[in-house]
Parts: sequence; structure tokens; C-alpha cells
Amino acid sequence: MKKLRIKQHTRTDFLTYLGVIILFVVMNILKSNGTLSRSLTGQLVPICCYMSMAVSLNLTVGILGELSLGHAGFMSVGAFSGIVAAMSLQNIIPAVPLRLAVAMIIGAAAAAIAGAIVGTPVLRLRGDYLAIVTLAFGEIIKDLVNCLLVGYDSKGLHMAFNLTGSKTIDDLGMKEGGIAIIKGAQGATGTTTIATFTAGFILVMVTLFVVLNLKHSRAGRAIMALRDNAIAAESVGINITKYKMMAFVTSAALAGAAGALYGLNFSSLQATKFNFNTSILILVFVVLGGLGNLWGSLIAAAALTVLPELLRAFSDYRMLVYAIVLILVMLTTNNPTLKTFFSRFKLHKPTGKEAV
Amino acid sequence: MEFLSYLISGISLGSVYAIIALGYTMVYGIAKMLNFAHGDVIMVGGYISFCAISYLGLPGWLALILAMAVCTVLGIVIEGLAYKPLRSAPSLAVLITAIGVSYFLQNTALLIWKAAPKVYPSLIPTTNAQGESNALQLFNGQLSISYISLLTMASCIVIMIALTLFTSKTKMGKAMRACSEDKGAAQLMGINVNATISTTFAIGSALAAIAGVLLCSSYPTLQPTTGSMPGIKAFTAAVFGGIGSIPGAFLGGLLLGIIEAMAKAYISTNLANTIVFAVLIVVLLVKPAGLLGKYVPEKV
Repeated sequence: MKKLRIKQHTRTDFLTYLGVIILFVVMNILKSNGTLSRSLTGQLVPICCYMSMAVSLNLTVGILGELSLGHAGFMSVGAFSGIVAAMSLQNIIPAVPLRLAVAMIIGAAAAAIAGAIVGTPVLRLRGDYLAIVTLAFGEIIKDLVNCLLVGYDSKGLHMAFNLTGSKTIDDLGMKEGGIAIIKGAQGATGTTTIATFTAGFILVMVTLFVVLNLKHSRAGRAIMALRDNAIAAESVGINITKYKMMAFVTSAALAGAAGALYGLNFSSLQATKFNFNTSILILVFVVLGGLGNLWGSLIAAAALTVLPELLRAFSDYRMLVYAIVLILVMLTTNNPTLKTFFSRFKLHKPTGKEAV
Repeated sequence: MEFLSYLISGISLGSVYAIIALGYTMVYGIAKMLNFAHGDVIMVGGYISFCAISYLGLPGWLALILAMAVCTVLGIVIEGLAYKPLRSAPSLAVLITAIGVSYFLQNTALLIWKAAPKVYPSLIPTTNAQGESNALQLFNGQLSISYISLLTMASCIVIMIALTLFTSKTKMGKAMRACSEDKGAAQLMGINVNATISTTFAIGSALAAIAGVLLCSSYPTLQPTTGSMPGIKAFTAAVFGGIGSIPGAFLGGLLLGIIEAMAKAYISTNLANTIVFAVLIVVLLVKPAGLLGKYVPEKV
């Protein structure tokens, strides 16, 4: 009996990986056939980014059990540091895939540092107070990036902080032939777009691999014990700060990598893109997919990113329809009568492990 | 003198935040939910009063009452349709539903009133018919306080006192406090919990309508996203003062407004929000339950 149970979670993991691979192959075939509409082809990389964002946020919200409303902030840190890295390494690393990989790693590292800085004070708080502080950090990151001026020339990187709003890119004092990478409120413009769908696929696979392995490791069990009862976990000798930081920083780093890929998919990107609404959007993926349920997050992220595209027929009404769908889904999935009705058809009873 | 005028504009802005935060805090206290749609009720209040003044030609006070009435009904309807079925659901599900309601309100407003910002006719215009400024002149005209700021501050104080009296003296107010402490026990004592929660939403939404009118009178651009940022700020203010506490929301709102105005005036316009949020983080680190919130240690 015990052996069978262990098999079940490995089987779910395996099916999740397999699903992503099949999806990737199918999408590639559809793309080469030309069956995929242009707008949908353009959505492929963002969908991969959102999938990986959703999985990484699920680590914080579902597995660690702390509500984070500032996940887009880490995406922003990753995106802009990734863009700076990719733009300034153009001459040093001519091979595009390698440059993309380096940019994503730098994005992840920068976001991990931001995660550690944010996490140290934030994780001392609880519940809604923690949520509001992550929200505050998300907004702070957005405002700081909005003031940032970065340029690159033969002498290296130039940075300035546009506090009063009077500085421009000329104040960086760059030599001739220098390129402006981030121009304050205008954001990053003129970025060479090097993101590819394959890179997106690899990103999703790596994110899944990291999160699934963390979840099933000793550390992951400690993190879930913290979620279920912090006091009980502490009393059996689990180091709360260590494991909370581990989950939080990993989640931030994965978001940073996704952000770097996202940033390198668009030739122009503003810091306001990663505002509170983006954080909420990702949280919606996680909650709709099911807390702690990674394949659920993947499906929800893909479906909800494609949904507004599919609703184009409704033109002006599409966001309204989206809102109504969102409310109705939440109402039906939480309806006690329907819940008991559906649980009759379920082969495995829910174990009740998920955080409330 | 300059400092005083910044201080007064800060208090005036803070009063608006405080009114919104009072609504937030009451709803949170009783329903234990973060009502993200609250900011959008402000926007609806703004649009209703805008239509009443511009299209129907109603006087300002009547437009305010109309906006309050519409928002009260809206609050009750939202609560009944979207939140009541989720009473026993996990708090995250309620949060997402609130976000859905917020999207719904924003997009409905976008369809009805379009995205182009409307110029709001202030309740008290900055200049009167003779071209004189509608402001209180102090110190030989060195310090001028517009009547609309005075009205904002006065209404904030009146609302705060009225709410404190309401929750401590009336039967319904006592029922609200009972429900926020323990819903089950309140029900056993014969309190109609659902009706009490509906009333709380009604009061919160009426306050949001007042805040909408006052906010748009001071900052006269009205668009479907008008309510989001003040909503987030007011939420911050409510947490700052200790969420669930009425004097806390008042204090938090005022302090937040003052900090924002001072940061704009003396440090940087671009970083005003950053400074506000940074102060919030520092306060929460020192006092994890906000300025006036009660810290309840977990018992094992």
C-alpha cells in the first residue's frame, strides 16, 4: 500500500512533465503549419513566462502558505536586469541562445537578491499584514525602476537615479556609440528581442523541476509543515526563518528568470507593466489552478492568458466577460452543494493537505 | 508658511484616505476579507455624482446623496451576489472574487463612460462667479486653504465621530462588534449575522461614495481606474493604523496623506509612493499589528 502511494505522486509529476512536452510539440507543429493565429503565436512566450510565474508563486502561496501580492515586482527585477545583461553582453557573447541563458540567469540572481532583501523583514509578519507588505514592496520596486537610467558604452555600464524627474539619458555622460538601455519612465526601449518559444519551454521545465523537487525533498516537507502549523513545526526543531527564506527566495529567483525571458520578448517594456494588477493576475492563476497544485497552475495560466484572445469576438465586452467568468468560477468551485456532487465522481478523496 | 500649506494639503488628502480606510476597516473587521472592489465603488460614486451634476444639473449636495444611495445599493448587491455564497470558503477564494468584482466594475464603467477622463465639476469650485478664489485666507493671505479641503477635513471628522458613536451606542453597532469577534456566538445570541454584514457593506459603500465625491472635487480627473490607487493607499492606511480598528483607520489615513504630501514637496515627486510604502513597512516591523491594532498572540 505504501509503495503505491509514493508511486502516485511521482506519476503526477511525470504526467505534468509529459503534458508540458506534448503541449510544446503540438504548439510547434501548429505553428509550423500556420494554423495558429498571429496573435496567438505572439502569446506563446508570454504564456510560458506566466506559466513559470504561476508555478513559482504557487511555491510561496500554495506550498509555503503565505499570500504574496508583489510577485510581479520580482518579475520586474528579473526583466530589467536581464535586459541590461543581454544588451550589454551583445559583443562579448555573440551566440544568441547562450546570451539569453546568461541574461535569464542574471535576472534570476538579481531577483533572488531582491527576494532575500524583501524576505528578511516580510517573513516576520503574518497573514494579511504580510500580504500588504509584499504589495508595498511590489509598488516600491515599480517606482524605483521607473526612476532608473541605464546606458552602456565602451567603458561599461552607466547608471543614474532620476530622483527629481529632471535627468535624462544624456546625463549619463556616455561616449559616442553608447546605447541607452533603460530610460526611466519610458522603460527599456529598442531591446533586441531574443526570446524564443523553445527557451520558454525550457524555462517552464526547469521551473517545474526545481519546484517539484523542492516540494518532495526534506526541505519541502519542512516548508509544508510550517504552512500547516508553524508552532508545531518549530517545536519539532524546524528552523522557521531558514525554510521560509528558502521557499521565498527560490520563488523570487524563478520569477526573475521568467521576467528576463518576458523582457527580452518585447522591444519596449515599461516598469508599470509589472504593477499590482500583474501580481494579482498571477495570483488568480494560482488560486484557480488550485493551491499547491502545480499542473493546475500551468493549465490556469495558459487558459487565462488565451481566454481574452479567444473572447475577441466580444470585442469591448471581453474584459467584462473575463471578470464574470472569474467570479462564476470562484462561486461554483466553492459551492458546497456542487462540491459534494463532484466528490462522488472522484476516485481519490482529497487528502485535505492543501492550505486554506 | 509653505510647510503649513503642505501640511494642510496632506491632511486634506489624508482625510479622503481616512474615509475610504474606514470603509475598508469595517468590512475587514466583520467579514475578515480584503475587499479589493472597495476602490472601484469610489469610482462609481464619482461617476454617479458626475452624471447627476453635469447631465441632470442637480446641485452638489443632491448629487452626493444620489451617489451615496446608488453605492449603498451596489454594496449590498455585491455582497449578496458575490460574497455571501462564499461565507465558508477559504479566504483566498473570497479575495479572488473581490478582484473579479473589481474588474467587473472597472470594465462596466469603461463601457458606459468610456476611457477618456472626465473633468469633474468640483462641489466647491476653486474660484467663484466674481473670480475670487474660494479659499480661507489666513496670515494676510500668506496661507490659503480652499473650502473644499476644509469640507473634506470636516466631513472626515464628522464621519469618524459618527461611526465611533454608531459602533459603541446603537444596537446594530454592537451587533457588528459582536460579529467581528465571534460570528457563531453572535448568532447564538440572536443576532442576524447576514443582515449585520450587509449593513456593514452598505455603510462602507456609502462612505466610499462620499470619498469619491470629495476625491474628485480635489483632483478633478475621473476615469475608470480612478479608484484603484486611492483604494490601495486606503488599504495601506487601514493596515498602517491597525486593520479592524476605527480610530486606527482615521489615524492611518491622516498620517499617510501627510507623509505623501511632505514626500512630494520635499523629497521627490516620483518617489512619493515609495516613501509612503517604506514608512508602512518600517511601522509594521516595529508594530506588527499596526499603530492601534491589537496584537493577539497565538495560543497553543
